[in-house]
Amino acid sequence: MGMIDLSRILRPYPVRPPASGISRRRSLWERLHLDPWLLGMLLALMAAGLMVLYSASGQRIEPVIAQAIRFGVALVVMFLLAQLSPSTLLRWALPVYALGVLLLVAVELVGDVGMGAKRWLVIPGVIRFQPSEMMKLAMPLMVAAYLSRRALPPTLRDIAVCGLLVGLPVALIAKQPDLGTSLLVASAAIFVVLLAGLSWRFIAALAALAAAALPLLWMNLHNYQRQRVLTFLDPNSDPLGSGWNIIQSTTAIGSGGVFGKGWLQGTQSQLEFLPERHTDFIVAVLGEEFGLVGMLAILALYLAIISRGLWLAAGAQETFGRLVAGSIILTFFIYVFVNVGMVSGILPVVGVPLPLVSYGGTSSVTLMAGFGILMAIHAHRRLLPR
Amino acid sequence: MRKNRDNLKSPEQELRIFRLRALLAVVLVFALTGVLMGRLAWLQVVQHEVYSTRSEKNRVRVEPLPPTRGLIYDRNGVLLAENRPTYNLTLVRERVDDLDATLGLLVELLELPEEEAEAFRVRSRQRQRPFQPALLMSDLDEEQIARLSVNRHLLPGVEVEAQLLRYYPDAEVMAHALGYVGRINAEELANLDTGRYAGTHFIGKTGVERFYEDQLHGQAGLRKVETNARGRVLRELGRTDPVPGQNITLTLDHGLQKLAYELLDGRRGSIVAIAPRTGEILAMVSTPGFDSNQFVTGIDVASYRALQENLDLPLYNRAIRGHYPPGSTIKPFLALAGLAEGVITPDRTINDPGFYQLPNDTRRYRNWLRWGHGRVDMERSIAVSNNTYYYALAYDLGIDRIHETMSAFGFGKRVGHDIFGESTALMPSREWKRGRFNQPWYPGETLSVGIGQGYWQVTPLQLATATAVLANRGEWVKPRLASRIGDEELPARLADTPSDIEIPHDAWWDRIFSGMEKVLTGHEGTARRTGVGLEYRMAGKSGTAQVFSLGQDQRYNAEELAERLRDHALFMAFAPTEDPQIAVSVIVENAGGGSTHAAHLARAMSDAWLLKDREPDVEELREAMADDDSQVAGN
Repeated sequence: MGMIDLSRILRPYPVRPPASGISRRRSLWERLHLDPWLLGMLLALMAAGLMVLYSASGQRIEPVIAQAIRFGVALVVMFLLAQLSPSTLLRWALPVYALGVLLLVAVELVGDVGMGAKRWLVIPGVIRFQPSEMMKLAMPLMVAAYLSRRALPPTLRDIAVCGLLVGLPVALIAKQPDLGTSLLVASAAIFVVLLAGLSWRFIAALAALAAAALPLLWMNLHNYQRQRVLTFLDPNSDPLGSGWNIIQSTTAIGSGGVFGKGWLQGTQSQLEFLPERHTDFIVAVLGEEFGLVGMLAILALYLAIISRGLWLAAGAQETFGRLVAGSIILTFFIYVFVNVGMVSGILPVVGVPLPLVSYGGTSSVTLMAGFGILMAIHAHRRLLPR
Repeated sequence: MRKNRDNLKSPEQELRIFRLRALLAVVLVFALTGVLMGRLAWLQVVQHEVYSTRSEKNRVRVEPLPPTRGLIYDRNGVLLAENRPTYNLTLVRERVDDLDATLGLLVELLELPEEEAEAFRVRSRQRQRPFQPALLMSDLDEEQIARLSVNRHLLPGVEVEAQLLRYYPDAEVMAHALGYVGRINAEELANLDTGRYAGTHFIGKTGVERFYEDQLHGQAGLRKVETNARGRVLRELGRTDPVPGQNITLTLDHGLQKLAYELLDGRRGSIVAIAPRTGEILAMVSTPGFDSNQFVTGIDVASYRALQENLDLPLYNRAIRGHYPPGSTIKPFLALAGLAEGVITPDRTINDPGFYQLPNDTRRYRNWLRWGHGRVDMERSIAVSNNTYYYALAYDLGIDRIHETMSAFGFGKRVGHDIFGESTALMPSREWKRGRFNQPWYPGETLSVGIGQGYWQVTPLQLATATAVLANRGEWVKPRLASRIGDEELPARLADTPSDIEIPHDAWWDRIFSGMEKVLTGHEGTARRTGVGLEYRMAGKSGTAQVFSLGQDQRYNAEELAERLRDHALFMAFAPTEDPQIAVSVIVENAGGGSTHAAHLARAMSDAWLLKDREPDVEELREAMADDDSQVAGN
């Protein structure tokens, strides 16, 4: 590692003083460092998510209230992160990343086993914590912090460094095993490198290499992970076992038709044989009860959020901010694509939630923290005159 | 090593690259989303018919398989609570198009009164998990099942479901001790593990059924079934078997329990019998009883009202919740307290002029025998139930020491190990009176407590338990109802057993017992008529409790009033003295005619338990008691 000069990463970001000539009256939203469009769409998504959750959880109000409370927490986290300046984020990138890797190692050594996988770090009575969640944000920050110091497009050496930065935590997360999260963490880093201008030749070479490595990956998969892939290829090979989820979820979606069966009226969902219907498979409930119209509406909402996010990213003046913001928003898309693809049967089953709709606290907070960073990068751009 | 390439950084170029790549990303995002939309359109438009058919016509359903509730046996293997196959009427609201019409048709088909129709409406609207059947009516008869079957096509969502229903073969005798199961109500539903109770409509409400609910219930299983559009099961796809509840063997003896019930003969009262060595409850009866099976099938409004308004309070478990002044039955315990505290010795005597006076007080606290018993030592004080002796003893002990020593026998406390809904009754103390009335304790009140009157109240279970501890020479046993759960024997010594009671000389126990034996066999014993022909050594103590007032909301006619103002008769006893096998407490409300009534019942219980080869003649006993009622008996 002698070739990497980490101290340069830690050096303060060269913030130029604001020019006195540009002070104009700032709007309320600007002073809060929030983007009203993005926030509005996120709130709409949360509202829709809670409505579907009520139906998906067997019409019990308790999970809906719990989820709403988590959304509240997530919004606060988003607001706080939005107040940070990009230079602060840049300074924090390495320490947060290092802490994340340490915690992942700690999980490997003393982690708590839940649902057959070692994902949780528990300080009894204080906190249950999933360090891999933290890595979802620490990873793009770290890679972007590194690349923003380099001349772009990245050289072969830069790529090698990034490969090391990504490889260790992803391998640790995949070993837990948590295929979904390792996929998300890896793609967050890959997006940074791609947006930084990785040459097309290189991309082609990597793709070829990945294809060649597939058999190797296959051999290293856990049995249940292999089973998922096999099931994906032919769900009917084991209709009551591992194929059950996919058959039931596609049946739920397909039987919804164009307009759906109506809220709370989905027989597939309400009859309780759609498993994990309030977590990873919640979109099947939406598809069954609101039909194609509902599915297109929610996908359009996701597209609008992603477009707005990319627009904000493109408006950032500094490379670091751009790369982080772009990676966060594209990772958000990966959530949506993998989840909907999995539930509708065009991707194998990977544990990725539908963002801000699936029941679950940690992922909502991480997602909203990401949007907080995105808004921070957007809101602080006027500190730097063009 | 430092290769400074910062010079080469070109913000403009980086921005250009980023914007190009971001644009490409947008194109890719839209393209991939397009793929998703295409897939959804394929599923929901093109293939809609296929999936719709799969969903509607050939549904897969998950059905709960309720566990079989554990059976309850008495100590000899007599079945006390069993499960009977019955047919229930259930309704899945989500499958019913017109609820009112369906319910109307059901009421008509089953020829039910209009009152029941309303109850149906309430039950069908009770909050349920979606697509869970609601229980409308249990225990359908064959004709009703036939009528429903014929009209099945008119009643979508209505099912006749075979289910095992709790049945108590000897309900009236066992009702209070066993308790009963009933429909799960909304409040219980909120606190239940719905997975464990899937498909179960009943839950233990009182007694053993309630206390051991967790063990008796078991764990629900489930099965995945394929059904046709009408909901009929075509085939089973997979199942998880339910785990049946555990059987429970009780310490109760059905024969003894039945005898106790018959002895009380429908009067208001209670009998509790305990095996002193083990704490096993052999019999625990409260009369009048009631038919607990009515509560299982769902009692109709009129019958419930009748039970509620019955002045004899049949639903009230006197054995564990009845509060009675213990009267003279506690004299042996107070004598022990005097011995333990060094206030008396067995041989010290007092002179009884027929009353007791507090120092510097002219008021006379009277013995029940106006002219007094003269010289009285400890044994005689028990045998003749002398009051003056205990006024003096109570005064010398003081309320604080009385409270402490009597609490050690379990008075004022919950004593049972596995008894649901037990009352503490009341062992008064200075602090209690301060808290309750904000008044100091008066010395005269100590004297009342000394003869088991005043604020002191006991439950029949407490009295029987204290008697068992006495019979054990102070060694504590906690009374218990269950001896075996599933394959597991309960431990002999239970957790939280109170500390044993010790007195300075072990021989003094025998002096107390001797006084108690004279109650039954002494020439001036208060229950000497009961002791006639005794074939083993029996120690006991009589008591009468005055009824001071009647509850304000209770209505009686003149004849009843006279009866309900009569004293309660109490008796506690154990036998054989040298190796106690049974300790018993008997309370007969408003028995009149002194305490002998209760003493006869205690003797009959003891005879039945110790002389097992002899059938007790309940009729003969009743005649003997009627004889006694016409004579004036002792206190």
